[in-house]
Amino acid sequence: MLRLPKFRYFVPRTVADAVAMRADAGPEAVFVAGGTDLYPNMKRRQQTPAALITISRLDELRGVAFSAEGVEIGAGAILSDLENDPRIRESYPGLAHAIAEISTPLLRNMGTIGGNLLLDTRCNYYDQNFEWRQAIDFCMKKDGEICWVAPGSPRCLAVQSADSVPVLIALGARVRLVSAAGPREIPLEDLYRNDGIHYVTKRPEELLTGVWLPGPDGWRASYRKLRRRGSFDFPVLSVGAAVRREGPLVAEARLVLGGVASAPLRLTAAEDALRGRPLEEEAIGAAAEAAARPSRPMDNTDFSFLWRKEMTRKYVAAALRDLAAPQGPGARGDRPLQGTS
Amino acid sequence: MKVIGDFVPLNASIGLRVNGEPVEISFPPYKTLLEVLREDLRLTGTKHGCELGECGACAVLVDGRPVLSCLVLGLECHGREVETVEGMASAAGLHPLQKVFAELGAAQCGYCTPGFLLTAQALLDANPSPTFRQIQEALAGNICRCTGYIKIFEAVELAAARLRGEAAVPRRETLYGTDFDDSGLLPVSQRESGNYDLEVAKAEGPERR
Amino acid sequence: MKARTRVVGRPYEKVDAAAKVTGQTRFADDLILPRMLHCKLLRSRRAHAILRRVDVSRAAALPGVVAVATGRDLPIPFGILPVSQDEHALCFDRVRFVGDPIAAVAAVDEDTANEALAAIDVDYEDLPSIASIEQAVETPEPRIHEYGDRDNFHKLVSMEFGDTDEGFARAEKIYDDLFFYEGSTHLPLEQHAALADFGPDGKLTLWSATQTPHYVHRALAKVLEMPAARIRVIATPNGGGFGGKSDPFNHEIVVAHLSRATGRPVKICLTREEVFYCHRGRHPILMRARTGVRRDGSITAMHFQTVLDGGAYGSYGVASTYYSGALQTVTYPVPAYRFDGARVFTNKPPCGPKRGHGTPQPRFALEAQLDKIACDLGLDPAAMRLSNLQPPSSITANFLRIGSMGLGACIEKVVDASGWKERRGRLPLGRGLGIACSSYICGAGLPIYWNAMPQSGVQLKLDRSGGVTVFCGSTDIGQGSDSVLAYIVAEVLGIDPFDIRVVTADTDLTPVDLGSYSSRVTLMTGNAALQAAERARELLVAAAGDKLGIPGVRVALAEGRVFDVEDPDKGLSFSDAVIAAESRFGTIGTVGSYTPPPSAGRYRGAGVGPSPAYSYSAAVVEVEVDPGTGIYTVPKVWIAHDVGKCINPVLVVGQVEGSVYMGLGEAMMEEMAYRGDVNGNVMHKAPSMLEYKSPTTLEMPEIVTLLVEDPDPNGPFGAKEVGQGPLLPIPPAVANAVFDAVGVRVDEIPVTPEKILQALKAKAAGRPGRVGPTKFPAIPYPEPSRIPTPAEGGDGRARDLAPTGAGGVRKI
Repeated sequence: MLRLPKFRYFVPRTVADAVAMRADAGPEAVFVAGGTDLYPNMKRRQQTPAALITISRLDELRGVAFSAEGVEIGAGAILSDLENDPRIRESYPGLAHAIAEISTPLLRNMGTIGGNLLLDTRCNYYDQNFEWRQAIDFCMKKDGEICWVAPGSPRCLAVQSADSVPVLIALGARVRLVSAAGPREIPLEDLYRNDGIHYVTKRPEELLTGVWLPGPDGWRASYRKLRRRGSFDFPVLSVGAAVRREGPLVAEARLVLGGVASAPLRLTAAEDALRGRPLEEEAIGAAAEAAARPSRPMDNTDFSFLWRKEMTRKYVAAALRDLAAPQGPGARGDRPLQGTS
Repeated sequence: MKVIGDFVPLNASIGLRVNGEPVEISFPPYKTLLEVLREDLRLTGTKHGCELGECGACAVLVDGRPVLSCLVLGLECHGREVETVEGMASAAGLHPLQKVFAELGAAQCGYCTPGFLLTAQALLDANPSPTFRQIQEALAGNICRCTGYIKIFEAVELAAARLRGEAAVPRRETLYGTDFDDSGLLPVSQRESGNYDLEVAKAEGPERR
Repeated sequence: MKARTRVVGRPYEKVDAAAKVTGQTRFADDLILPRMLHCKLLRSRRAHAILRRVDVSRAAALPGVVAVATGRDLPIPFGILPVSQDEHALCFDRVRFVGDPIAAVAAVDEDTANEALAAIDVDYEDLPSIASIEQAVETPEPRIHEYGDRDNFHKLVSMEFGDTDEGFARAEKIYDDLFFYEGSTHLPLEQHAALADFGPDGKLTLWSATQTPHYVHRALAKVLEMPAARIRVIATPNGGGFGGKSDPFNHEIVVAHLSRATGRPVKICLTREEVFYCHRGRHPILMRARTGVRRDGSITAMHFQTVLDGGAYGSYGVASTYYSGALQTVTYPVPAYRFDGARVFTNKPPCGPKRGHGTPQPRFALEAQLDKIACDLGLDPAAMRLSNLQPPSSITANFLRIGSMGLGACIEKVVDASGWKERRGRLPLGRGLGIACSSYICGAGLPIYWNAMPQSGVQLKLDRSGGVTVFCGSTDIGQGSDSVLAYIVAEVLGIDPFDIRVVTADTDLTPVDLGSYSSRVTLMTGNAALQAAERARELLVAAAGDKLGIPGVRVALAEGRVFDVEDPDKGLSFSDAVIAAESRFGTIGTVGSYTPPPSAGRYRGAGVGPSPAYSYSAAVVEVEVDPGTGIYTVPKVWIAHDVGKCINPVLVVGQVEGSVYMGLGEAMMEEMAYRGDVNGNVMHKAPSMLEYKSPTTLEMPEIVTLLVEDPDPNGPFGAKEVGQGPLLPIPPAVANAVFDAVGVRVDEIPVTPEKILQALKAKAAGRPGRVGPTKFPAIPYPEPSRIPTPAEGGDGRARDLAPTGAGGVRKI
């Protein structure tokens, strides 16, 4: 049986306690919520924190608060609760759909939205047991020097793999980070860095406490995910798309690629190709074309990376067609398990 | 921390309910619920296939919700209600899901079965009339290598019907496949019917093979 | 006429079903003994290296570590086949793949054992490693093993049945195609586990999740140098086997050794990653099929060549090599047949028998090629197969005796059910139907160790209480073999199967059954149980007839009674009949055993392929392909299987559905993928449940199962196998359906979206719409042994007695 390494375990009662405990315990302590990302990594000795500070009993992080301006979702909200929350399904069907695409129903009963936002970057040279990694003399993300994906690479190329992130960025989400020094709020997009090791700008002592979304206000979002199976698998290419239309024309658009770099990739050229045009095949085609260029997946996930790159065009187009469809995106069970049609 | 000689007590103690019974137990903080159930409580009905959340074999219910016991710390279950496969049957007999899994051969090797049963139980508790698609989706976090899932889907549908109080029986195709010729079968019991067919009785004679 | 039965043929629950649904079935890792130690294995971090030094002194000194073992403690080699005893419980001079076990620790708990492993110092001296078939063929030195036919060829075989030159000359068209079938693994949900207890009486008991307790018994006696009589192997219910638990394994021997060394019970449960290293799964096979046909699609000659990637050890590989050619002849007549087979060693986990052992790969090649032939000749692929069936009660060119043969009925059923005639070739672009057929053995005609003893034995004990106990060495791996024993005995003795106690898979208590492999159990243990039950029945009939004052021919057994067929109300209860029998004959116990009929072939290699009976399957698969991406789904599968006779139809249907599932997994996504170039190592790309893509509930299509009962004279009540055969037609049917859907050929398993799209692009660019191997390496196959066929008056022997060894190739 694979077992966890030894650690000390702290159960704070409030967010203030939690950040204070982290300040006391120092860099060897990490926060844990659902544990669905951290515990497997710990069992494989990718991470071996000396202390865990659990935030899973902090009810103040569980809430989903709708207001006139938008919605504040506590970082500790359980994924399956969000996926089934009628208000989220109503106001942000694209987000509900993206959350429903995360791993499996069992893991969505455990994982939190904050955990998904902070999901460790993935790479099939890194997501391995200690012994496997020892056999390749490790990699730069943990215990080693080199990046086996591209041995000349100065930085780690592990892949951003969280399903909720592209849609949330497309919807203009902001996140709140709290440390002993106080809270700060940043656009979700700014949480990420295109570096497989230092993939978030959150400081280790900061606790992600919530994510805030502006009201739908004419925005619609969709999510498309490429993976081998209809369940379990992380995205190896994903598209979060959101548009706001004025009349027949796209007034604003945000397009975000996941699964092809260490950070979610904002597709500004593709967004430009949509703006001011009707959301029809011509503009969709142009946007898909513009999206393909910056998509540079590497050979460190499932599927051949060349095909993944090729699929970028198809998946961006599919996500945009979802938005163009009169019934809108997000309805489950009415779309092929995989694919783009 | 109190140190007695060179013995450092590292265990944590918690109280929880397991299959309806109160349990107080102490164990090291880094033990998962899976390990606590199997090793400390000797409830070995909960299985493990990967210990990384990738197979569903270790699913149990925590406060009624199906979760993977390999990725839940035992400590996190303080004050909670845990249900394992050992808790499904009652004095009245097997849970209808257990009964139909047995009836339809939905348990072949039986190793993934506890995880499927508990996940399915949570589904039916929340939704007594799931569609076929909803059954597939609810069970999408459990891997079975034996059955191809077909008998499992059919079992959950049948159990749902019975839990709704319907006198449901398995579909003929489930038991025999499509288009099966069962003319070679003798009646299960002639004697009870009181209508003994001597031809049939002779067919039970020594030259049957 | 079909036998009329009451228990047999009815969809009863399995006798162990209640235990399985309540979590009460005790799998190996569920066993806990007082004073038990936990074992972990240190596994090689290098793919191919000399072990310069293995220093366990630091590990042995750790508190909580009770014993440490290395290869020097267990120097005697073992292996499943007598011809390839090439494994060591722990490597002592050389490691051959990443994951090869080097040392073992027994400690008070797993954490301590793991800490001890980290304290073992190993010095490796790297050797060049081999990652692929091509590399193995090109790398004669260094050899991965000192034995084998030459270089890094483990096995090279060649045989020719009839005159293929003449057969090709008679052909109106000759097709020459290359195919590749990737390796895949069993992925049983239960990780291998074993518990050894060496008692104070000097006797060893091993509980293990094994499909073959008999062969584990042999290996333990050999390596531990203990009398077999003092070793007891108990196979625990297998949490999935599929062939992956059919070899004796390192860890079983190691815990036995450590228990003997410590005097304490020692348990091991492998991690999922270690299960990938045990492997013994599907061999990757590169194949060349050269087939001559007449315009009606009948085959005039076939020359079939294979190269198997064997991985680092022999396992069942010699048999796998022969199987990659043996069953090409049992579905459609092949009047002249040449087979060249080779198996190479590579520095990867060893391949072995996975569901269908050695035959899904050549079956894929044959059925995909037949589809091309039918399309090329303008024939309907189903009709072409139907008009070219091997007849029942016949003998093939390679001397396989066919008994019942229900393939025609299978084809007709799937054609009708799927609307084949109306729909195939007429569906919109992107949707298609494909058909394929297959056949599988019901047990191997010859045992692994050639001998004159039965392959299966059953003892039956009847008690004056009316209790009946069946003892048999067979192992239930989820297929329901324990239940089959109960049903058959219940049928013959006229009692309730749930009144019977079944004791199986215990080398102390049960007579030998060779194990749950090669789809042998229903037929062989079924026949043994039938014989034992009939013998018991004779005793009951004689005693009850006396008691009732009627001749034996009037005595029937049914519904728990023994009665007069002329006057059914006149009779005894079953237990009174047992009392009558025991009063007259003494204690009632009977035995039954089964030995397959002798095979017709006498040539070298004739041991692989013969079987008491052959099951047949036909499948139609429907696919939906997105031509823009290559992504496809399988919405529906129709499959017909000739099972001879259902001992229990719901279990038969379950085996068919499970086979379809596993076949689809292989066809669509499962791969044992390696990287041959990381840090000079050959690495399994991702040995995890997450990255090894086993289909989930969401990938499963609707399955229409159609059972055909064409009773075989050699099967109990006519029964044939169902556990493996229905997997075989699925991969080629998927590939053929993709062709029907989008007009391209993927001559390679798995059929992935990338490959479909690549073929579509090639086609759009005016090149052949095909993806698959383009080269077949030069393999030094020996000169074939020439065996005249039965049609030529052959007697089953080779005409020009080939020299021993591999037909004239130098033997090293």
